[in-house]
Amino acid sequence: MSLASGLAVLTPLVVEFPFEWNYVRSIVRVSLYVSLTAVALSTLVSLPVALLVGFKEFRGKTLLTSVINTGMGFPSVVVGLVVLFAISNQGPFGSWDLVFTTEAMIISQFVLAAPVITGVSLAAVSSVEQNVRDAAYALGGTRVDVAIVTIKEARYGIATAVLAGFGRAISEVGSVLIVGGNIAASDGTSVTRTLTTAIQLEAEQGRFETAMLLGAILVVLVLVVNAIVVRLGNGGGRYG
Amino acid sequence: MTIQRRRFLAAVGSGTAAGLAGCAALGGDGAVLESGGDDESRPTEISGERLTLTTTTSTYTTGLLDELNAPFEDRYGVTVDTVPQGTGAALETARRGDSDVVIVHARSLEDEFIEDGYGVNRRDLMFNDFVVVGEPDDPAGVAGSRDVDAALTAIADSGSTFVSRGDNSGTHATELELWETAGLTVDEFGEWYLDGGGGMGDVLTQANMQGAYTLADRGTYFDMREEIGLEIHLEGPVEGGPEALLNPYGIVAVNPAVHDVNYDLAMAYIGYVTSVEGQEIIEGYTANGEQLFFAEALSAEPNFRQYVPEGWRRSNGGE
Repeated sequence: MSLASGLAVLTPLVVEFPFEWNYVRSIVRVSLYVSLTAVALSTLVSLPVALLVGFKEFRGKTLLTSVINTGMGFPSVVVGLVVLFAISNQGPFGSWDLVFTTEAMIISQFVLAAPVITGVSLAAVSSVEQNVRDAAYALGGTRVDVAIVTIKEARYGIATAVLAGFGRAISEVGSVLIVGGNIAASDGTSVTRTLTTAIQLEAEQGRFETAMLLGAILVVLVLVVNAIVVRLGNGGGRYG
Repeated sequence: MTIQRRRFLAAVGSGTAAGLAGCAALGGDGAVLESGGDDESRPTEISGERLTLTTTTSTYTTGLLDELNAPFEDRYGVTVDTVPQGTGAALETARRGDSDVVIVHARSLEDEFIEDGYGVNRRDLMFNDFVVVGEPDDPAGVAGSRDVDAALTAIADSGSTFVSRGDNSGTHATELELWETAGLTVDEFGEWYLDGGGGMGDVLTQANMQGAYTLADRGTYFDMREEIGLEIHLEGPVEGGPEALLNPYGIVAVNPAVHDVNYDLAMAYIGYVTSVEGQEIIEGYTANGEQLFFAEALSAEPNFRQYVPEGWRRSNGGE
């Protein structure tokens, strides 16, 4: 709801709003649905991985860390292509009929966001001082307790990781364009069109002002999500 | 709501009524039918299904397809997912079986698609034309040429910047054919020949910013004319220009023998867009007060060459 009011604040700033509200609202909805779902799934996978890698000493840890860090810079277009080939009618998951759906977009954004969240969380977890963990052990904590203590200590870093993952997901255009197809229904509501692909479409038609406007909405959206996460982080601190 | 109820009724009724599900479904006014059929595995209705249409950017960004698809969706209770790509990409997507039907505008690529067995039941759909656009002051002196060869040679000789689509789209394919017809070799062009590597809108914007010439389809150019400062220097056949600049669009269904596609619905869609109703919508569609596309599917005279690759003869067609 705060989102809708946030967008409403924007309207008086422009002389003439060039879009149907339904159109913008549906694009925002698709963008948020896809990116938030992808980031939530990525976090569920990435956090345990980051904790595991951060805690354990094993051979190849440096190599694994560099693989994760490389994944942070993976071009979204390439990820889109790989996902497309996997889910295409002729691909290994062709029977699932995922091409040009929001599910496909979630998959590709998951692939994009997961290394970012893992990598940044790993750095945050690793930087929690050994003596904090030792203290948790010394006080009779189990491994789970130690993990919880570590997460609490590293919560700002982890929040940053999640936000970085979200930023990567919602701002990328390459992969969602390829696997999603930038589809809008004929009544003008988005099916697989996100803010970024809509911006791309507007810019392609030389309508730079409307593209900029959609860009502003995207920035506001990211800002709102950031504010909410930071708020949650602080709240967690109070009870922690 | 009505669709939901009909669906329910159809489900209850299926198996009791006999008949060909597909045919009955296509004749209906929205949903289904007293069909069903004895084969339980067959879909008894098309309502609620999705048709994936890959198409060129020009049909999409002009807004024609929204106008054209809405009545079809209403009548059949289905959704058309329109994916705007270049002609090359649209056909490639179809080759992989990721779309059910394509609307494109490069006959040579369509023919290849059909000859490779991926496409069936091609129909002529509509046409408009290409125009050569450039800066108002026309540095190469293209204006007034009645001849494509002369116009292109003038651009090449003067070394004026020309932005090519360079994206394997229908417009790109036509552009390359035109250079070749004019006896010019693209590979030997100098720095004035730029590869824009984008959609028609992208390239028009780039040409505008660089003060360059480009080949554009009339529809997209008209749609963007307000945004850019380019003018037409060589008209296409719609305005009495050379026939070589004709831009015909075809619609082709993906072969259901090759891919698991929604062939029934694809054929219903082809039937609709080539019907009197569909063709009237195309004919009546305007942007900025200009007609963008001209209907071509309806003709009392037989036109066999629309169904088969160009130059096809029984003798060389196999058999």
